[in-house]
Amino acid sequence: MRAYSFTQPRSVAEAVAHGGAGTAFLAGGTTLVDLMKLNVMTPDQVVDINRLPLHGITLDRDGLHIAALERMSDVAADRTVRRDYPMIAQALQLSASGQLRNMASIGGNLLQRTRCGYFRDVTTACNKREPGSGCSALAGINRIHAILGTSDDCVATHPSDLAVALVALETVVHLATAQGARTVPLDAFYTLPGTTPHVENVLRPGELITGISVPRSPWAAHSLYLKIRDRQSYEFALASAAVALDVHRGIIRQARIAAGGVGTKPWRLTSVERALAGRPANADTFESAVGNAADGARPLTHNAFKPALLRRTLIRALITLQERG
Amino acid sequence: MNPDDDDVGHSRSGVSRRTVLGSTGAVAVAGSLLATATAADAAVAPDAVGAPVVTVRVKVNGELRTVQVDPRVTLLDTLRERLGLHGTKKGCDRGQCGACTVHVDGRRVLSCLTLAATTDGREVTTIEGLARGDRLHPMQQAFVERDGLQCGFCTPGQIMSAVGMVQEGKASSDEEIRERMSGNICRCSCYPRIVDAIKDAQKVMR
Repeated sequence: MRAYSFTQPRSVAEAVAHGGAGTAFLAGGTTLVDLMKLNVMTPDQVVDINRLPLHGITLDRDGLHIAALERMSDVAADRTVRRDYPMIAQALQLSASGQLRNMASIGGNLLQRTRCGYFRDVTTACNKREPGSGCSALAGINRIHAILGTSDDCVATHPSDLAVALVALETVVHLATAQGARTVPLDAFYTLPGTTPHVENVLRPGELITGISVPRSPWAAHSLYLKIRDRQSYEFALASAAVALDVHRGIIRQARIAAGGVGTKPWRLTSVERALAGRPANADTFESAVGNAADGARPLTHNAFKPALLRRTLIRALITLQERG
Repeated sequence: MNPDDDDVGHSRSGVSRRTVLGSTGAVAVAGSLLATATAADAAVAPDAVGAPVVTVRVKVNGELRTVQVDPRVTLLDTLRERLGLHGTKKGCDRGQCGACTVHVDGRRVLSCLTLAATTDGREVTTIEGLARGDRLHPMQQAFVERDGLQCGFCTPGQIMSAVGMVQEGKASSDEEIRERMSGNICRCSCYPRIVDAIKDAQKVMR
């Protein structure tokens, strides 16, 4: 591991004053420490933010507010989250392991890095890790890679389950710098790889995530997260579906849908949402509405199964949600 | 190695693997104590070779310990190499196997992904801190009675994780235990007996 300077500020103002290019904020450490050991991340400065007062899970008229240092396990176990935003609790519960969920923070979860094996291996070419070096996954082992939002420079999958549920629920993320605070919709927070896959989001150098807000909605309480993977637990998604429906007298008034495991960022499916609205909440509707879910997909050598898997995952999630009532 | 010599703690020469490891550790500790003298009052100060050093005061198994660490050093390496607590195992060192599981402030975490510098002021419990004197923790006792191990390398992590799991809430089914223990890999695949042990132990744990 490369040497770095280490500070432990006690306030957000103090933390962002340290911020800048080459700074990494340390919360749970489950991504950062791992990738520093692999020399994939080589910050000059690590700022331990665990002493900042960024705690709390609160519900008010506007919705659900989760401060950045809340741990995955605590949010997953929170009664309000489980009752009013079940897909958030489910996405968290299906992530990682008990130990990792006790460590990893909500802010950090949104910034976790791809599990692409080439990104994690400094002996191979990777445009995300080393811009301009090439993409080893395109002609390599790419079973777990993305089919949506990819480019000729990068096909790495975004790994977060939580972010998929949050994007479906139109979450906003609160950011702070020494210049002040701003709020960005989470969907717009993530950027597509294009020709600059090393840029994954709109964070400015030294900018810190302080929390998220999930708006109130008629559909959040009627929501479900379904994750399909190679083994039953402790594995990343091959495909996942975050589905939320507002159903009145058997008719879908509005839907919110996003997919994971298939995109270079959490993948909102507004076309599926539109196809569901105004239709009866039944299997026929679900089958036809997800028909175009994988439009624009660019399957690779080893993941041609993903468009069909995505559609089936969405249908199963919708049917399961509807059967639960 | 002599196959009859099943106790690695006492080889014929009188020098055991454990004492060799221990004395090597002592040299490392002595080296770092030299650095301590120059860094006495500063939270972060350079050591003898110019690397920054962080002072960490951490309660380990009920005992307050003070160590000077490079900010890159993990809790796992600090426990094993500096504090002489070899019960916590280094498996993958990448947060994937669970062998290094310990409790920090009562919660099960991976010590291989925890920087020691972040544990200042916290309480750490390792497998060595679980028993009360000669009386095993109910989870340890259950692993013995159910024979929940073969090679034993993953066992300290399994037990620390299992204790943490039960403290988070008792499991209501075998499936739930398997799901909540999925962060601990057992290469010998002793999973059925580990599940049995946890079921036994959670009956008698508070």
